Amino acid sequence: MIRPHDSIIVQTLGRFLIPVVQIFGLYVLFFGQYGPGGGFVGGVILGTGMILSVLIFGHDASRSQYTKNVLHGDGVGMLIYAGVGGLCMIGGGEFLNYANLEIPGLETASRRSLGIVLTQIGVAIDVAVTAVSIVFSLSAEEIMEDSING
Amino acid sequence: MIFTFEIPLLLLMLVTAAGAILVKDLMSAVLLLGSYSFFLSLVWAWLGAVDVAFVEAVVGAGLATVLFLLTLFGTAPKDTRLRRPPPSLTTLIVFPLLGILLLYAASDIPGFGDPNSPANIHISPTYLERSFQDTHTPNVVTAVLMDYRSLDTMVETVVIFASGIACALLLRRHGK
Repeated sequence: MIRPHDSIIVQTLGRFLIPVVQIFGLYVLFFGQYGPGGGFVGGVILGTGMILSVLIFGHDASRSQYTKNVLHGDGVGMLIYAGVGGLCMIGGGEFLNYANLEIPGLETASRRSLGIVLTQIGVAIDVAVTAVSIVFSLSAEEIMEDSING
Repeated sequence: MIFTFEIPLLLLMLVTAAGAILVKDLMSAVLLLGSYSFFLSLVWAWLGAVDVAFVEAVVGAGLATVLFLLTLFGTAPKDTRLRRPPPSLTTLIVFPLLGILLLYAASDIPGFGDPNSPANIHISPTYLERSFQDTHTPNVVTAVLMDYRSLDTMVETVVIFASGIACALLLRRHGK
């Protein structure tokens, strides 16, 4: 069980740093098509921001049931990735051949670009949620009753 | 001239890696391993593999260190006391032989940036020439990873997913 950190300096810095880290993670995620970065790194940075908030504000910082249910969503990223592949099959092509995504008004290359963005979002969600979930698994024993199942 | 950056980086990597193995305290070993990852990411960046350097810096020096530290906080002092028995005779014979074998094999590796090496003449030129027209993605690495080799990346994502599930199954056993 991680308790909230006592020091006011750490808490204030955390309030300032966590949004910056999250914005940087999103930037890395979507900049991956133009420079270094991509879904995996972006997801790890997003997950690190959430881990930072868990370490500073403790497990119970967020009281809403919604954020706790998010932690069960490891599979959502996988679902997005495989779902894009399924959409390609529905469009009449091979699995994960983004050229067959059924989007009117886009040429083939732009469809493939869009497919890359969508699958990167899937990877990022999967990696971020898995990182936070591993931290929750490692950091306490009675989390299951206290925090996640609320 | 070429070795201005490489030699100090190599020395720092050797020192941090050896320190992570030899140091008595597990906490210092974890931090040394993190700094080793950071120097390794500098080497990747120096070799021009910026994407790999980014991943190494974020995962190796950041996330892995946090996970190691959290594991360390969950252990009792008696678990982290290190006993290092002296290396056995087999180790002393086999590992130098292995090192000599690797050094011998290293002379057959094509030179760095050699345009005629097998890695550079097989399919890489096709990717470099056509990836922008095919996918409108300026970063070739992303185009290869997410488009041409998309199925591989999907299965890698399955591996990450499976690791998260395995951690939850093994460590959250106190729940109902």
